[in-house]
Amino acid sequence: MSIIRSLTLLLFAIIMINPAFAQDQNTDSGRALLTNLAEAPASEVEDAIKSIVRSGDERARGWLEAYGANRLSRIKDTGQVVLVLNNRGRDWEIADPLTGENMGEMSRRELDRVAINNRIRGQLEGILAILDLNAADPDVREASARDLMGKVDAALVEPLQAQLETEENAAVRDRIQAALAIYRVGEGDLDAVDELSGSLHPRARAALSEAVRGDNPALAAKARQALAAIEQKLKLNSAAETLYFGLSMGSVLVLAAIGLAITFGVMGVINMAHGELIMLGAYTTWGMQQLLPGQPGLALILSIPAGFMVAATAGIIIERSVIQFLKGRPLETLLATFGISLILQQLVRTVISPQNRTVVTPEWMSGSLVINDALSLTLNRMYVLAFALIVFAGLMLIMRKTRLGLEVRAVTQNRNMARSMGIRATRVDILTFALGSGVAGLAGVALSQLTNVGPNLGQNYIIDSFMVVVFGGVGNLWGTLIAGLSLGTINQLLEPWAGAVLAKIIVLVFIILFIQKRPKGLFPQKGRAAEG
Amino acid sequence: MTIKHHVKLGLSALALSVSLNSVAAEDPIKVGILHSLSGTMAISETVLKDTVEMLIEKQNAEGGVLGRQLEAVVVDPASNWPLFAEKARELLAQEEVDVIFGNWTSVSRKSVLPVVEELNGLLFYPVQYEGEESSENVFYTGAAPNQQAIPAVNYLMNNIGVERWVLAGTDYVYPRTTNKILETYLMDMGVAKEDIMINYTPFGHSDWQNIVSDIKSFGSAGKKTAVVSTINGDANVPFYRELGNQGISASDIPVVAFSVGEQELSGIDTGPLVGHLAAWNYFMSVDSDANYDFIDQWIAHTGDEEAVTNDPMEAHYIGFNMYIEAVKKAGTTDVDAVKDAIIGVTVPNLTGGYAAMMPNHHITKPVLIGEIQDNGQFSVVWETPSTVAGDAWSDYLPGSRDMIADWRKPMFCGTFNTATGKCGASAGEMAAESN
Repeated sequence: MSIIRSLTLLLFAIIMINPAFAQDQNTDSGRALLTNLAEAPASEVEDAIKSIVRSGDERARGWLEAYGANRLSRIKDTGQVVLVLNNRGRDWEIADPLTGENMGEMSRRELDRVAINNRIRGQLEGILAILDLNAADPDVREASARDLMGKVDAALVEPLQAQLETEENAAVRDRIQAALAIYRVGEGDLDAVDELSGSLHPRARAALSEAVRGDNPALAAKARQALAAIEQKLKLNSAAETLYFGLSMGSVLVLAAIGLAITFGVMGVINMAHGELIMLGAYTTWGMQQLLPGQPGLALILSIPAGFMVAATAGIIIERSVIQFLKGRPLETLLATFGISLILQQLVRTVISPQNRTVVTPEWMSGSLVINDALSLTLNRMYVLAFALIVFAGLMLIMRKTRLGLEVRAVTQNRNMARSMGIRATRVDILTFALGSGVAGLAGVALSQLTNVGPNLGQNYIIDSFMVVVFGGVGNLWGTLIAGLSLGTINQLLEPWAGAVLAKIIVLVFIILFIQKRPKGLFPQKGRAAEG
Repeated sequence: MTIKHHVKLGLSALALSVSLNSVAAEDPIKVGILHSLSGTMAISETVLKDTVEMLIEKQNAEGGVLGRQLEAVVVDPASNWPLFAEKARELLAQEEVDVIFGNWTSVSRKSVLPVVEELNGLLFYPVQYEGEESSENVFYTGAAPNQQAIPAVNYLMNNIGVERWVLAGTDYVYPRTTNKILETYLMDMGVAKEDIMINYTPFGHSDWQNIVSDIKSFGSAGKKTAVVSTINGDANVPFYRELGNQGISASDIPVVAFSVGEQELSGIDTGPLVGHLAAWNYFMSVDSDANYDFIDQWIAHTGDEEAVTNDPMEAHYIGFNMYIEAVKKAGTTDVDAVKDAIIGVTVPNLTGGYAAMMPNHHITKPVLIGEIQDNGQFSVVWETPSTVAGDAWSDYLPGSRDMIADWRKPMFCGTFNTATGKCGASAGEMAAESN
């Protein structure tokens, strides 16, 4: 932290008092500064950074950011420091850091990276955070104040207090106050403990825990009290968090299982290739992103219909070529579809690659929605949760409100009767299987945002899918929804104290016992449908 | 007379061509490749098959060894552990290969061990593993725990100042043994039991919400915390994604991984992971001419400009060259002669140094710590000052402390107990027992 200490005052002086100071710089001194940074041995890197900041050069920030991002390199022959614009592949695109002029591509062999590690990166973040405190955007100011929590030292106190007086944004002020309070607790200030007592920020808790362990008994007692209050709040938050985790895991289970609820639940086909239909949906997402480079969000949205179509087409092919000949022979169907699943997996391995494929998460889906310092809900999972509910509602609509749904129900209840009423049972079979497969494809599109897109993707979900459908009651879509969400929640509740491996086993044992007691699942079919 | 003469000539020509043919037929040195090309492990193992094929091609272009060409015999054990044993038997008994390069998972190696020992074959095993083994017929070119895990923990402790540890792994033998070793080591170094959190997850685990949230709260106790990850294969992508989404950055809680290489990173967007660490003996980004040449060769071989290289590939590179050197030294491909000759053989590695085969059938390696960059590569931030020799029997496990392995005569034993002065069962016998 010593570097921050010595730099902060300096920075404030430069930026606040005389922003024009930085204007008049010549290229030579910039070059010398960068060379100095590149040549500094580990122990002198601090000094080199210091002198860059002290120079007041307006490009200093860009240099330091590039340095932090591993984008500064030296040309081995000439020793010139360059900015690496693109560091993928064997030839890197470089630019002059002083003029910003593009210098074209250069082989990686000719370049020597200016080394940085986590320790220096942490210090850089501190320095950049101080710079950001003067940004025009209050969000940037708040983020930088949050970064400073736990990093404040004696030199930073005064400028921060000055900032506090001029700061208009309440959120930023709160952050600065908390940052100052953390520092004061470290110095043994009793009042500061009160200020922190409601804070859920991990660094505030860390400061208090340290005070508890410290040798000041009065402070330790007070800090202990404050910590107890925080713990109370944390418990509530973590309960909410666990619930969210459970629902989100449940939504994944529902998505994976709901297509199976149609093919297996409604049609009675044991389709072991269901997982591979999910995989096809995920690969469609990858394919779309390859077709639309640079627009991952658009590609993802387009993948929803595309994934449905691809998986549905595959489903129709499977139904026509294999399943229709095995009607009423569940064992043969199981073996045949298991074979199909292996064929599809190996097909993907051979045609595309045995390696996982990168599916990019669009900007609006990454990160999390921050409720407070202890509770934040990850965005990608929230979208998947919403998507699962929409897919479920859509399926319900189709099954309940459309002619296809009516026909499907008629055919599954009494095939011969339905046929004598003029329903083309074969056509209904094809459409139902296509629908179930298409929904599996939709699940794949969603899963591509959560897990690996690779040939093994489907395998990981097939057991879970059958589990959810059987537990919920075969043939009942509501059962699948409730079963998926509740199994997800039970699993996440068990995990913290049983561990992931044991939690899974407990859930399986629970289902086995449950099925012994109620062989037809949570919501058994009643009336005529039950005999069908 | 003339007819007879012609017949004679024809016959002798025929005989000559037959004898030439028979020389040519038994001439190539057969190199068995025992890597899964289908099933779950295909993701990691197919590139190793390609690597060995590339090395063979190059060696043949340079004239082979002892004037003989090399020939690859590829089989597919399909990620099926018992099938590994069958395929190894097929390679040794039917194909009569001179050497095998193969296996990835420890359980597949344990399945192959009894076969390789029974039929006296040679196996080069290229992956980092949990140690506690040394077979007369196996050469371990990947890292033992003291060449990866222990130096990485030392780095975190001394350079980063970590005081609180999360040992997270997939639930199988390598993470379990490595974590047992690390736990003992950390406690020896004075870390309290409550400062160590151990967590296991099933293969292919994809729902990391709870565990990442646990790590987050474990790490907010006021002491610098790090995660030591032995999480295997596919499970890593959702793990890192969850870390990024829950906002855990490398400067708060760094994760150092032993199973995440360039290959695994090529399946994810590494933006949020910048600064997290991995410990290996080789990185694709290593700045040495040997490495750049290897990469050029690999890209030419695969025809894919984006193809990446990784640590087990370097292990095969070293193992292959060691085998070639040993055959040259022995002047024959006879298994016993090669086994004898290979101890002490030294070949260049790809990081600008040398690897030597030790008497315990492990090799010397430098240990590198790399930080993940936004281009899916690692940048080296620390390395051991010199190479480290692989230790077959860990000093931090009860029961293995007194064991040593030395395949030179007169000891010639992989399980010699220095306390009792006795040689235990061979690795293959032990594996057969536990199978």
